Amino acid sequence: MESVIQVQNLSKQFGEISAVKNLSFNVPKGSIYGFLGQNGAGKSTTIRMLLSLVKPTEGSIHFFGIPLQHHKKEIFKNVGAIIEKPDLYGYLSAYENLKMFAKLNGIHPTHVQLMNQLEQVGLAERAKSSVKTFSQGMKQRLGIGIALIHNPSIIILDEPTNGLDPQGIADIRKLIIQLSKEAQKTILLSSHLLSEIEQMATHILIIDKGKKIIEDSAKALFNPAETIVEIATADNAHTLSLLQNSKWQSAIQFNRGPNIFLKMHYNEIPAFNRDLFQWQVPLMMLQPRHSLEDYFLQVTANNFSDEIIKNI
Amino acid sequence: MKAFIVFFLLTGLCIQTVQAQDETALIEKIKQKLDQVQNYVATGSMKTDVAFIKAPVGKVKIYFQQPNHFKLVRDGGISILPKGGVSVNMNAIMANNNYVALFAGNSITDGFSTKIVKLLPMNENSDIILTTLYIDEKNLLIRKAITTTRDNGTYQINLQYGQYSNWGLPDKVIFTFNTKDYKIPKGVTLEMDEPLTDADRKKMQQKEGRVIIDYTSYSINKGIPLGIFKH
Amino acid sequence: MFTLLQVELYKIFKRPRTYIAFIAIAGLIAIIQLGLKLDGDAYVSFVMSNVEQSFSFDGKLLNGYLVCYIILQLLLVHVPLLIALVAADMISGEANIGTLRLLLTQPISRYEIMFAKFIAAAIYTLLLLIWMAVLALFVSIWLFGTDDLIIQKTRYLVQLSSDDVFWRYIGAFGFALLAMLTVAALGFLLSVFAENSIGPIVGTISIIIFFTILSTMSIPIFQKIQPYLFTTHMVAWKDFFDVKVNSDNNVIKGTLQNKSQIIHSAWILIAHIVFFVGAATFVFKRKDILT
Repeated sequence: MESVIQVQNLSKQFGEISAVKNLSFNVPKGSIYGFLGQNGAGKSTTIRMLLSLVKPTEGSIHFFGIPLQHHKKEIFKNVGAIIEKPDLYGYLSAYENLKMFAKLNGIHPTHVQLMNQLEQVGLAERAKSSVKTFSQGMKQRLGIGIALIHNPSIIILDEPTNGLDPQGIADIRKLIIQLSKEAQKTILLSSHLLSEIEQMATHILIIDKGKKIIEDSAKALFNPAETIVEIATADNAHTLSLLQNSKWQSAIQFNRGPNIFLKMHYNEIPAFNRDLFQWQVPLMMLQPRHSLEDYFLQVTANNFSDEIIKNI
Repeated sequence: MKAFIVFFLLTGLCIQTVQAQDETALIEKIKQKLDQVQNYVATGSMKTDVAFIKAPVGKVKIYFQQPNHFKLVRDGGISILPKGGVSVNMNAIMANNNYVALFAGNSITDGFSTKIVKLLPMNENSDIILTTLYIDEKNLLIRKAITTTRDNGTYQINLQYGQYSNWGLPDKVIFTFNTKDYKIPKGVTLEMDEPLTDADRKKMQQKEGRVIIDYTSYSINKGIPLGIFKH
Repeated sequence: MFTLLQVELYKIFKRPRTYIAFIAIAGLIAIIQLGLKLDGDAYVSFVMSNVEQSFSFDGKLLNGYLVCYIILQLLLVHVPLLIALVAADMISGEANIGTLRLLLTQPISRYEIMFAKFIAAAIYTLLLLIWMAVLALFVSIWLFGTDDLIIQKTRYLVQLSSDDVFWRYIGAFGFALLAMLTVAALGFLLSVFAENSIGPIVGTISIIIFFTILSTMSIPIFQKIQPYLFTTHMVAWKDFFDVKVNSDNNVIKGTLQNKSQIIHSAWILIAHIVFFVGAATFVFKRKDILT
């Protein structure tokens, strides 16, 4: 598949700290590209480099095969973005903000077009209110309206649901899927929430400490043949020896603490469960996971947060 | 400006009143000559020439009416004149016919031979201590006058005559007076200080100021506008 | 480019802060004019007391031209504060509210943004000075009439004929624009380094105050460095109100005593503007936007 964004060996050093290390990835045309990592993993720095807000220490970025470094202007005519908080000119109204950014993109929409755009993000009624009176969600929606005003083919959204209420999150999700399916936009979406990415992404990149962990299509990552099964038993050592002497030996991935991780096809889980029962293993827990969750768990193993558990 | 009035009153009135033994006849003759002029309106230009003042030449109108009305009006703009003139009180001298006019020798003034006549007010309280006139006896013209005052130093007046000399009216009057230092505390004007040249220094040490009036025309005995001397 | 400039001006003039300066200038000028209208003769004789001991002035000493000069003398020292309020906020203000990153992800180069922003700040400065000129010169002329302008310099008194003054004000306001643009450029440079506008505004004002004090204190050690301070050259507008005299000490109308000084100072200010804006652009071009 044709990639619209190509990133090669991208690195960024802030003094002693290396925020991004030798990162390469490709964003296929028409994809919803989920960019996953914990807070501080280097997502924002990477996105800022994609938007030329931050200069890479090394590496290259191409949009549509054109290097970003010297062609920012032409490339950005086709890119819309929201970076973290949707900060806008608080002393201007929603309408004025939108109109101003349209102008900066060299387009001069009519009043009707502007109102339609505000309607699309649900702000038509508040068109004349100054933005400083808006809630976070309203600002976010206006930010999206602005990112879309010049009808870009690539949309880059950095943590677009941050700080939104559940309804706001649902609205944004709906909008993203709609943009991808109906308008055939390529969307690069970053988040620290697996659930968020999992529900929308067609492709996924996980980074940790500035390094790439995995990049693949959601299909491959959600492959039933690659299901990870995590079990916990009362006697882990015994269970492990039983498994090692059975047909499941090749399925064992690793054990961490009281838990053992195995990889098998989703359809094999009942047979596996039967075997454990027959061996009278004192089973405490059996949980199948797809490999994405597993990767994400590996990444976050050392800092399990309640939030991640809650969202898995 | 009043200094001029002083001068004109001096030349006009003292001639009428002073009874100098030796020079009465001469002064009488000059008085008669000047009495031909009942009134005049003159136009000319005036320039205040003081080392620390940069002033443009201004157009002036001068009005005179016998016996002692005199007024100098600047045609637009601001005139800067020595203040000393204001406090010279000639009225006292004029009121009392209380002078002594003394012959004090001969001199050459502006290339003309002149007779020096000293007028001394008898009044002890008079501001004027002494007036010295340099009189061109041949042409009956006063070429120079020096007045020493109690409060405002010494003034000198030089007169040059041309086509109106028959009326005893000058073409040019140079009024010379002493000036005080010009000093403004540094920093007040917040300006860049350009370095002083030697010429600047020399110029600024000059303590004499002059007011020069060049008369271009007189309209003599044709009457003057009413009310011009009303303040 | 023109669109970008329009947008920048739009942003400046949509903000209440922008009008503080215009209101402040109007208020200050009105107060000075009112004061002089009520008790101007006393003020003039106080200022002129040194010369009035020996000379009397006949004419309208307190006229519109003099009032304008008094206003400029009092006000031009403080206008940099009002300029800094806007110029030092140009980049840092947007960094602070977070709109800078949104602006930079538009199809515009950073050079264009810097250029448009400085030009917008310059236009603001220009409008402020025009506003000041209208109020200080034209309103004063309307209120006080015109006559010769008499100005006390450090070493002498200058009398300028009323028909030889107006062009000098045009020159002085033009020069003041250059001086204020230098302030704007300095504020602009500082605004690149900060992520809130207070720092650069206070920084610009502090530098101006500090340099102005050094520029005006007549202490020998300061006088040595004064020619190298741009604030020293910012007051060269006053040189428009000095005139050449001929050998008879007659004023030659339409001349400038220190034309070369004005040109020299103008070049120094222009060099500062170019340097400040150039440095600001150089730094901004390379800056990582992390806000």
